[in-house]
Amino acid sequence: MLSFLAKRSLDLLFVLFGVSVLVFLMIRLIPGDAVQIMLGANTEITPEGLAALREKLGLNKPLLVQYYDWLRAALHGDLGQSIWTGRPISEEILQRLPITLELTLLSLIIAIGLAIPVGVLTAYWRNSSAEYLIRLFSITGVTLPSFWLGTLLIFLVFKLAPGWQSLGYVPFNQDPWGHISRLVLPVITLSLPMLAGLSRVLRSSLLDVLNQDYIRTARAKGLTERVVLYKHALRNAMIPLVTVIGIQVGYLFGGAIVVEQVFAIPGMGRLILGAINERNYPLIQGAILLVTTAFVIINLLVDLIYAKLDPRVEYA
Amino acid sequence: MSPSLWPLLRNPLGLLGLLLTLLVVLCALLAPTLAPYSPVEQNILARLSGPTSAHWLGTDQFGRDLFSRILFGFRNSLLVAFSSVLIAVWVGTLLGVSAAYVGGWYDRVVMRLMDVLLAFPIILLAIGIIAMLGPSQWNAALAIGIVYIPTFARLTRGPALVVRNTDYVQAAVAIGAGNRRIVLRHILPNLASVILVQTTLALSTAILVESSLAFLGLGTQPPNPSLGQMLSEGRAYLTLSPWTSVFSGLAILLASLGFNLLGDTLRDTLDPRLRGQ
Repeated sequence: MLSFLAKRSLDLLFVLFGVSVLVFLMIRLIPGDAVQIMLGANTEITPEGLAALREKLGLNKPLLVQYYDWLRAALHGDLGQSIWTGRPISEEILQRLPITLELTLLSLIIAIGLAIPVGVLTAYWRNSSAEYLIRLFSITGVTLPSFWLGTLLIFLVFKLAPGWQSLGYVPFNQDPWGHISRLVLPVITLSLPMLAGLSRVLRSSLLDVLNQDYIRTARAKGLTERVVLYKHALRNAMIPLVTVIGIQVGYLFGGAIVVEQVFAIPGMGRLILGAINERNYPLIQGAILLVTTAFVIINLLVDLIYAKLDPRVEYA
Repeated sequence: MSPSLWPLLRNPLGLLGLLLTLLVVLCALLAPTLAPYSPVEQNILARLSGPTSAHWLGTDQFGRDLFSRILFGFRNSLLVAFSSVLIAVWVGTLLGVSAAYVGGWYDRVVMRLMDVLLAFPIILLAIGIIAMLGPSQWNAALAIGIVYIPTFARLTRGPALVVRNTDYVQAAVAIGAGNRRIVLRHILPNLASVILVQTTLALSTAILVESSLAFLGLGTQPPNPSLGQMLSEGRAYLTLSPWTSVFSGLAILLASLGFNLLGDTLRDTLDPRLRGQ
């Protein structure tokens, strides 16, 4: 187990190093003069302004020195300053991050919570027309554009319950009900495609497991179907689900960027899009670096859970 | 009809996928002929109308014909999706097969680089690339293409490694066949079905990612009709006339669904491990 952990951690460090190099190079690979583009988005360009910003971003030093300084600061939690507001980027991100985390975590929990009963029920419902229907529904769920689903939900709620607030965001401590009611539609929008994908994976792995000899043995010795399902089948069938959940976390964040835009939620997605509009490159860099690092670490955790769930996984 | 396509047509979902795909591709190809109006022609008097006999799917806030705009939107979506998947298949397969064939440190470096690219959440990487290059249709295609390169590199490396070590490839080496001939004549044909399945599925997701980017204002720029951006514009008039958003979103769903059903059925049909189940 320890050597498995060591090997995975080494892989992870390498990937994070690569990610940091790519994100660092982002600003340097912009066709044309990045500093000029950044300044030009908001103010008049003067030679003094250009020189000052170049100096502030450290762009006048050798590339390796720049990378070293940048990474060292980032590891100390200093992602630089937003070029327009002058506020620390880590502060701007920390202000938005909880909003996105709440949205994604709630959607994840609801999607997993519903995927298990849906996967189990559909696994027991087997005939050829059911196969096709379940497949059609799950593929439709996966290909459903979230911004369309969200927009349709907004329209439906507007027609059916005109008083319902479905757009924007209010902090929980200001207005608890307003906070929750505004979360309902975004969470449905974000969790539905995930529910479709996860329940399909669970169904097919459950069907595999239910065909195994040990399930027949369990039934033959007179265990009730409930015990067979929960004690014998489901535990094994959950293993592929865990892998897919790890992959889905990345999609979930991408989905959140779009869903935040649909429901006007001031989370990370809106922060990044706003930064693109005002060419605030250091802010975009900081946000991408932080989110991707989190994503890589989550994937390591998923691997560990996987190894824990399935004793057959070799820790080599 | 080759016998290997029969299972696809006998499967109702495969047939549905094939029909949807054909419909969308035909709409895109024949858009200039089929469209009753120009996709950018404004008619303020007829703005925000619902479906009528003059405008089958209604009009948008400038009175532009929605049906015509959706036809051209398909054209735009497919153009971006096909270009991006072409980049991903070409570069990804090249990297995957060469990594398997050359091996050694080259293999390790290439596959590690792919790991790094895969570490980014898909939409975030695409957004980062577009943030650098500036929002446009072709930059979106390039960004989506880059995002999917690792998928194809990983997909092709494994099977290429297996084929490389088979006796018939060793025999080809023994009779003095060059690298080029071995890769093109012996390795690639063996990967064709894997690549075909993944290409179809990638087209489905590329259509979704393209429209998401356009929805966010990072893809095709107005006044060119793009389905994602049409949906986004329609949202401002949602309570007055929901048709723009409803139909453009439905168009995205149908296009993406068609390719996905097709790819999903192709996988079952072509994958030898699943055959006969």
